[in-house]
Amino acid sequence: MSVDLATVRRIAHLARIRVSEEEAPYLQNEINSILSFVEELNAVDVEGVEPMTSVLPMTMKKRADVITDGAIVDKVLANAPAREDGFFVVPKVIE
Amino acid sequence: MSDLTRLTLADAREGLAAKTFSAVELTQAHLDAMTRAKGLNAFIVETPDKALAMARASDARLAKGEAGPLEGIPLGIKDLYATEGVQTTAASHILEGFIPPYESTVTANLWRDGATMLGKLNLDEFAMGSSNETSYFGPVVSPWRRKGSDGEISDAKIVPGGSSGGSAAAVAAQLCLGATATDTGGSIRQPAAFTGTVGIKPTYGRCSRFGVVAFASSLDQAGPIAKTVRDTAILLRSMAGHDPKDTTSVDAPVPDYEKAVGASIKGKVIGIPKEYRLDGLSAEIAALWEQGVAWLQAAGAEIREISLPHTRHALPAYYIVAPAEASSNLARYDGVRYGLRHTGKDIVDLYELTRAEGFGKEVRRRIMIGTYVLSAGYYDAYYLRAQKIRSLIKRDFDLAYQSGVDAILTPATPSPAFALGEKGSADPVEMYLNDVFTVTVNMAGLPGLVLPGGLSSDGLPLGLQLIGRPFEEETLFSLAQVIEEAAPKIGLPESWWG
Repeated sequence: MSVDLATVRRIAHLARIRVSEEEAPYLQNEINSILSFVEELNAVDVEGVEPMTSVLPMTMKKRADVITDGAIVDKVLANAPAREDGFFVVPKVIE
Repeated sequence: MSDLTRLTLADAREGLAAKTFSAVELTQAHLDAMTRAKGLNAFIVETPDKALAMARASDARLAKGEAGPLEGIPLGIKDLYATEGVQTTAASHILEGFIPPYESTVTANLWRDGATMLGKLNLDEFAMGSSNETSYFGPVVSPWRRKGSDGEISDAKIVPGGSSGGSAAAVAAQLCLGATATDTGGSIRQPAAFTGTVGIKPTYGRCSRFGVVAFASSLDQAGPIAKTVRDTAILLRSMAGHDPKDTTSVDAPVPDYEKAVGASIKGKVIGIPKEYRLDGLSAEIAALWEQGVAWLQAAGAEIREISLPHTRHALPAYYIVAPAEASSNLARYDGVRYGLRHTGKDIVDLYELTRAEGFGKEVRRRIMIGTYVLSAGYYDAYYLRAQKIRSLIKRDFDLAYQSGVDAILTPATPSPAFALGEKGSADPVEMYLNDVFTVTVNMAGLPGLVLPGGLSSDGLPLGLQLIGRPFEEETLFSLAQVIEEAAPKIGLPESWWG
């Protein structure tokens, strides 16, 4: 399988990464080179094989459903590029 | 006083206990070495004030007889570990200036045991790379140099491997007594092989991943790089352990790994997987591998040829699974909560511009591949199939271990280190092939240790890899010690870096 330029632009949008017109053909080549590298996997017989969900058998521990954290607004916001009155600030989302 | 940076971690521990030198003197010696070695670009941030404050506290505890297992030992920390109050970037522009308000569990364990922090070590951006050339803060240079056929040392800059290139270069150049590293497809073991150092990727779940910037969560694992097998054993004991903040960390006691160093390996069964004899495997790598077999045999190990039939599919399957997980993990870098922001006309514009500017080329490429293989209509063909192949790879190892094999010996890398800019510029896959021997271990969640076995014809280190059963790191330390004692001592070239 290989991708065309329109697909590269679609993936870029899904990934929320702006790709310029000049950059797109290069990315297309690189992505196709990786896709042709993984192509051989199509020849592997995976009939009846379960997909891996956990690399080692382990049961997930569950902690008690209680509040263990909180009241650290300043810490949470400390690295925000824009903040106001205890909130993250973003461009207007709702018209 | 003799140069304290030449000591092993174990020797330094002894010297501190005997009060031959102080923790402050030991730390200062390493800070001075770091200042001279700026040309290697091993550190992104140096923390001399913090290091000396921690060393003074260590001296106080040593004086009171309250020393921890790593008391006063100066370490470098890969800049993928969150360190409270100290910039943590994953070598990415998108995290430049990020100051974590919390500490990773592994580094917290090291400080609990008395270690001191020298600074944050350079790496490939988000740990994606095999040469440390993808760092936003510039490539790391290995202290090693090539020797020409005329015996002349070339001044071509050699890569330290990646992604833990800063960790490996700093240990090799004696800028720290040990370093933390991480391994998703070979990122501890390949740089260790390239720099003549020792590195272990423990079993998945042995170390907590809390506070380690995530790349591919089902593959990522923390581990140490150090100068000797014993030193890595000492460090791993402090780093490992259960952590309620990471549900994939294993709640099992941490053995005293150092006790396994020097234990007999008589009767241990060592598997030699025939599928690792790749077409075109270089003669010197093949010879090193045979030499490794001979060393273990001479110490009483039994050698057995084994088959791991799905080996060749591991690398392609990895380049589906790892980017898929990365595309999900790296969705959090959106320019809103931390890190870089590129303001746009609306929120989507802000996301797209921020991520285009903040991520480097290799990271953008992997996020795109991951997004594609997880997208509607392609998920089954790529991602699900790769996870099935992963089950087959793991089954290969399970069968070998069930048949009585205790550990597996392979080469660490298909070649010695290369020069900056020499690989992967035209085709990304060329760089990916570096991990052909290491990536299977992550896919199966197993422990893998790499240590030097000798030098290549051009004077660069070559590594051997030992792969173990789940949670049997101790066997690897015992086997590795035998190889370390038998192998020729490889000496760094004269210091040219200062």
